[in-house]
Amino acid sequence: MSTATMTAEPTARRRARETVPWGRPSVYLVATVLIAICVAPVMYIILGGFRSNSQITVDPSGLPNPWVVENYTNVLTSPTFWTQFGNSVFAAGFTTLGCVTLALMASFVIARYEFRGRNAMFSLFAAGLMFPITVAITPLYILVRTLGLTNNLWGIILPQIAFALPTTVIILVPFLRAIPKELEEAAAIDGASRLGFFFRMVLPLSMPGVITTGILAFIGSWNSYMLPLFILSDSEKYTLPLGVQAFASQHSVDTAAVLAFTSLSMIPALLFFSLFERRIVGGLTGAVKG
Amino acid sequence: MNESTALPVDRSEGTTQARGSATTALPRAARPRRKTDWRKRLEILVLAGPAIVMFVGFVIFPVFMAAYYGFFRWKGFGPPTDFIGIQNYITIFSDEKFLAAVQHNAFIVIASLLIQGPVAIGFALLLNQKIKGRSLIRVLIFVPYVIAEVIVGTGWGLMLQSAGAVNDFLGKIGLDALQTDWISDPNIAIWTLMVIISWKYIGFAVILMLAGMQGIPDELYEAAAVDGASFWQIQKSITLPLLGPTIRIWAFLSIIGSLQLFDLVYIIWGQYISDTAGTSTMATYMVREGRLAGNYGYGNAVAVVIFLISLVIALAYQRFVLRRDTEGALTEKPGKETGR
Repeated sequence: MSTATMTAEPTARRRARETVPWGRPSVYLVATVLIAICVAPVMYIILGGFRSNSQITVDPSGLPNPWVVENYTNVLTSPTFWTQFGNSVFAAGFTTLGCVTLALMASFVIARYEFRGRNAMFSLFAAGLMFPITVAITPLYILVRTLGLTNNLWGIILPQIAFALPTTVIILVPFLRAIPKELEEAAAIDGASRLGFFFRMVLPLSMPGVITTGILAFIGSWNSYMLPLFILSDSEKYTLPLGVQAFASQHSVDTAAVLAFTSLSMIPALLFFSLFERRIVGGLTGAVKG
Repeated sequence: MNESTALPVDRSEGTTQARGSATTALPRAARPRRKTDWRKRLEILVLAGPAIVMFVGFVIFPVFMAAYYGFFRWKGFGPPTDFIGIQNYITIFSDEKFLAAVQHNAFIVIASLLIQGPVAIGFALLLNQKIKGRSLIRVLIFVPYVIAEVIVGTGWGLMLQSAGAVNDFLGKIGLDALQTDWISDPNIAIWTLMVIISWKYIGFAVILMLAGMQGIPDELYEAAAVDGASFWQIQKSITLPLLGPTIRIWAFLSIIGSLQLFDLVYIIWGQYISDTAGTSTMATYMVREGRLAGNYGYGNAVAVVIFLISLVIALAYQRFVLRRDTEGALTEKPGKETGR
């Protein structure tokens, strides 16, 4: 009856199941195959950057032999790459900050305030999922031009914040709703207003959700292609995806250099993501257990 | 000029909407004191206002502008003057290229659901177990999702060339028979696209499924284990039913994403080959016939059609499939199921 026996039993069973000889190796086998499929194309890009063009032509699926580092050092010493890298960081940083701040405030209202029109507000943002940036791109370009923000990083940051809001709100609302009512009542008894509750309880409790949506917004901005394509015309203002395209068309015969440039431009997002991977999965789970 | 005057109007609409919803809440508010009502209204306005203004200004408003431009023959310079009514729409629906693109989109929607759904659930089941190196495996599986479409397009484009790495590798392992023209053969290209899409987006599906699985209370698994349920019985009777809301939300995002597909096709198949290879989508059609051809009015009309198709599908989905989830059942559901 005690909790000790309750929990001891299943762990024993689980352990018994895990010791089944074919159980674990098969899991690893499947996992290895999946990983190989996921990673192979990325490895092709990264390793291709360490090869020369003649190696790539003679043996397209081979390994670097010998390893060539010039492709990478050329990219890393080029001011163009670093300018575009900085632009990407700037755009992604402010997109994330703006989107998460605005979405958290709006989600709090939708999740915790009782008022008619609340569902309408949620539906408004949910409807945003149906407004792809591609549909709006021409009038959006005209709007940005009217605001005088063409060829300006803010001209992509503001629309990106707006277009990232739906996903962020939709992830954050159930998350904020999951914060137990008891906490809010306890805070109210202790004299906290709804806003006090927001700053003292909701913000810290929703950090995992905030980080999750923040990373999604960051990656979305880092990878975004079509909006910068329309708004940014000067290669000094390019973000990395445009830089990759421009580089690929300027050096279309220099496949190795293209691969090196490409792999260097994806590393920051990969690094950022792997640092916070645990937070992403945890963040989507909700705050109840935290 | 037209836009600069319209924008402020739109902004005020955004704020009145927030204010309006607060006003309508008055009769329902439980608190008797008027002071709290004012305060609550103000809080709602201050908290939700900025997001709504941004959203309406940069997302909703441009779509209405697209609807407006769609009635004109317009080259994108100066204000549109050549009003042609619904002529653009008649042209769209009598253009075989557009109808073909719609079919490709439909195929991509269905194939994405059928391929990615089961695979993602399988991945997530696998990764939800306590095995060594789990977090490393997770990171690696999410790698494709994190990479930009431009990079995916560039990389896969190079690999799938006739003399590229994929055909070379197939030759090396003795599968010469499978070597083919992956990108331009119209019988194969759409499947190639499906492979690339699945590869690219499976990571996001897995993140969602894993998150859903971790939201399922451990007590249920413990109880099932006490009852002597097998691994597969547990997955079938606990994990899958409780994963329902997550699966439905993922399917929604997947459908909408498939309808809007642009970057990958545009980068790999370019603006012209996608037609003959049979991978053109509504969005690539829009950019080709609108922006590249300089017919901004026509392009905007195509945009409106894409939007309406997405809207109808999404509303139907929300009404018939998502409804129970968006009504706050996400967090209550596990509790209900435990009662069984």
